[in-house]
Amino acid sequence: MTKTRKIIIDPVTRVEGHGRVTLHMNGQNEIEEARLHIVEFRGFERFVQGRPYWEAPVLVQRLCGICPVSHHLCAAKAIDEIVGMNDETLPETARQMRRLMHFGQVLQSHALHYFYLAAPDLLLGVESDPLNRNVVGLASHEPEIAKRGILIRKFGQEIIKATAGKKIHGISAVPGGIHKNLSLEEKETFLKGEAMPSVSTVVSWLQEMISHYKSYASRNKTWIDQFATAQGLSTSLIGQDGALELYHGRLRSLDSAGKPVLDDVDYHDYVDFYAEEVKEWSYMKFPFLKSHGAIKGAMKVGPLARLMNCDYIPTPLAQKALEEYRSINGRFSTVLLHYHWARLIEMLHCAEMIEKLLHDPILQGNDLIKTSHHHQRGIGFLEAPRGTLIHHYEVAETGEIRKCNLIVSTTHNNQAMNNSVSEVAKSLMNGHEKISEGMLNQIEVAIRAYDPCLSCATHAVGKMPLKIEIFRGEELVDCFVRD
Amino acid sequence: MSNVFFQCDGKSMQAPANTTVVEALKLNGEIVPTLCWSPGIEPCLGTCRVCTIKINGKEAAACTQTISENMIIESATDEIRDLQKAIVELLFVEGNHYCASCEKSGDCELQGLAYQMGMTHSRFPYQFTPYELDYTGVHLLLERNRCIHCKRCTDLFVDDKQRKVFSFEGKGSDTLVQMNHKYESELSDHKRKEVVDLCPVGAIIFKGKGFDRPIGTRKFDHWGDKIDV
Repeated sequence: MTKTRKIIIDPVTRVEGHGRVTLHMNGQNEIEEARLHIVEFRGFERFVQGRPYWEAPVLVQRLCGICPVSHHLCAAKAIDEIVGMNDETLPETARQMRRLMHFGQVLQSHALHYFYLAAPDLLLGVESDPLNRNVVGLASHEPEIAKRGILIRKFGQEIIKATAGKKIHGISAVPGGIHKNLSLEEKETFLKGEAMPSVSTVVSWLQEMISHYKSYASRNKTWIDQFATAQGLSTSLIGQDGALELYHGRLRSLDSAGKPVLDDVDYHDYVDFYAEEVKEWSYMKFPFLKSHGAIKGAMKVGPLARLMNCDYIPTPLAQKALEEYRSINGRFSTVLLHYHWARLIEMLHCAEMIEKLLHDPILQGNDLIKTSHHHQRGIGFLEAPRGTLIHHYEVAETGEIRKCNLIVSTTHNNQAMNNSVSEVAKSLMNGHEKISEGMLNQIEVAIRAYDPCLSCATHAVGKMPLKIEIFRGEELVDCFVRD
Repeated sequence: MSNVFFQCDGKSMQAPANTTVVEALKLNGEIVPTLCWSPGIEPCLGTCRVCTIKINGKEAAACTQTISENMIIESATDEIRDLQKAIVELLFVEGNHYCASCEKSGDCELQGLAYQMGMTHSRFPYQFTPYELDYTGVHLLLERNRCIHCKRCTDLFVDDKQRKVFSFEGKGSDTLVQMNHKYESELSDHKRKEVVDLCPVGAIIFKGKGFDRPIGTRKFDHWGDKIDV
C-alpha cells in the first residue's frame, strides 16, 4: 500500500512572526490538505484588561516592531472616543500629524516588505540559490534598487521619528490629540533631503519602481497570472466619494465581481457584521462576514483589496499608476502577486501625501489636544499596511479597561492565505515524489505576497521563521527548517 | 560651622559638621546614587538603601549617616557600585515595572538610576506579585505595581490643609500604599502636580493625561544612550 505523506514548512521565512505549513499528501502524491498554522500565542487582549485607558495606545503597539504606529494610532482613535472625541472633532494639527505619521508608517512597512522580503524572490527568482535569495543577494545583483529600497524605508522611519518621537514605539498620540507638532526644522529635513532622500526624490524613485515592476510583470505575465489567486471578499475602509483611504473612512466589502457586500457602512457597527471562527490547529482566528458564512464570508484585506475597492486615488501620480494597473489587469484582479504592484502604488500615494502635508502650515499649529466627556466604548478602525485593523475597548467610568478586542489585519487574510497555500501546493507538487526547495519556497512566496505579520495576528512574541514538514500518514518523511 | 575631616576611597576630604554623608561627599565631587533622598528632605527617609556605602568597614545608607571626624568611607569601589546596582535590581524585581508603557518613563528616577548604573537586566528572579490599581481617585491613579515604598508620599506630602493624603497599610512585603479618597478628591491643581512629581516612579499619576511630554524633552531620555547592551 502506498503511504500518505505530510509536509511541514516550519518556520515560514521572510514574513513577520512565526508560522508553519503542513501539507498532507496521499499515496498518489496528491495534496489532500494544506494548512498555514500560527503556532505562537501571547494573549495581548487579556493583559490590556485592567490597565488605564490612556495607556492603551502605548501598550498595545508592543504587539509589533514593524507596524507599531498602526496599533498606536488605531488604539488612539478608539481612545479618542473614550474622551468624547473623534477624527472629525480632534484639533486639526493633531489630525494631520497623525496622518503624516501613518503615511510614514505605511511607506516604510511597504518598503521593508517589497525590497527586503519580496524582491529577492521576484528579481533573483523563486528557485534561485536560497543562500543568495535575500536582501544581501539583492544588493549584489541589483545594487541601485536595494540602495533605494533601504533609503525609502529610512525616509518613512524618519517621518515616524519626527511625528511619534521614535522610529519604533513612539508615544505621541494621546487621548484627544497628539503631544507634539512638526517643527520647521524637521519639515526642512524632509524637503531638503541632505541626510536622506528628499520627499520629491522618494516620489520620483517610486515612479521608477512602479515602471520597473510593470516591466517585470509584463515579462513574467504567464507565471504571475497562473501562480495563485487571492480569494475572499475584498474589504477595506474607503474615503469620501470612494477615494483610497488609509486613515479614516467607512467600510466597503466587494465580492470578486465587484458587487458590494458592504458599502458606506459605519465601522462602529462592525460587531453586527463580523464574526470569528476558531480552529484547533492555529492560534490565528478566521474572521468572516456573518451574512456569507465562515467560508464564503472570508475576507481579504491589504493593498490589493484597497486598490480593488477604491474608485480613485486622491493623489495624481498614484492615480495615474492605478489607471495603468487597471488598464492591464482590470479593476477586480484576484491575481495574488498583484499585491506587490498594489503595494508599490500605495507607497507612491503615501509619498505624495507626505509631500502635500509637509507644505501644510497646520502641522506647526499648537492646538494639539482636546477632550470632552467620558464614554465607555471606543472603537478604532485603520488601514494598516497589511489591511484593516480593528481596536475595540470598553472602559469603566473610573478609567479602567474592562474589555479589549483586537482584530488585526493579517487575521482577515487567514482563510485567503490558506487557500493560496493550497492552490500553489496542488499546482506544483501533485504527482511529484520529490519535493524541491524551490517548490517549498513558492509556497512561502504565496504567503509572503500578503505580507503577513503573524506576531500581530496572534499577538505573539518571537521571530517568524518557517518550517515545512512532509508526512505520509503519521510518518514524517521530510522536513525543511529555516531560521 | 566647623569642618570635619574624613577619608573616602583613600582620598582626604572635609565637609561641614552635621551634614549627611551623601551631601558631604557631594561637596567633594563624589556622587553617591540616591533615590528616596532629595535635597531639602530632613531627615532623609532612608527607605530605598540605594546609597549604601561602607563606613568604617560596615554597610550603611549614606543619606541617614552624619559625617564625622576621621570617618573611613568606601564609595566608588567596584564592590560598592555592584552592591548599589544589585539594590536597584531588587527594586525592579519586587514590583512590576514595564517602562515601555509607563507614563513616567523618561522622567522616572528608578529608570534614570538603572540607566546611570548601566543596568540591562536583573540578576534576581522577578516576583511578579500582582498589585491592585486604585482607580477610585477622582484626579489620581494609584499604580501599586510601580510603588517602591519610598515613603515620599506618605511622609513628605500634605494637602493645602496640612492633611496627609497617603499612608501605608500592612507590614513587610504586604505593605501597600493607600490614598484617602476624600482628601484626594479635594486636592488643588498644584498639590496634585506636587505629589505626582514627588513620586520618583509612576505609582502616582494623573488620570487621563498619559504621555504628555515628547521623547527627547524628558529628564532621563538620553541617560540610556551610553549603555552597552
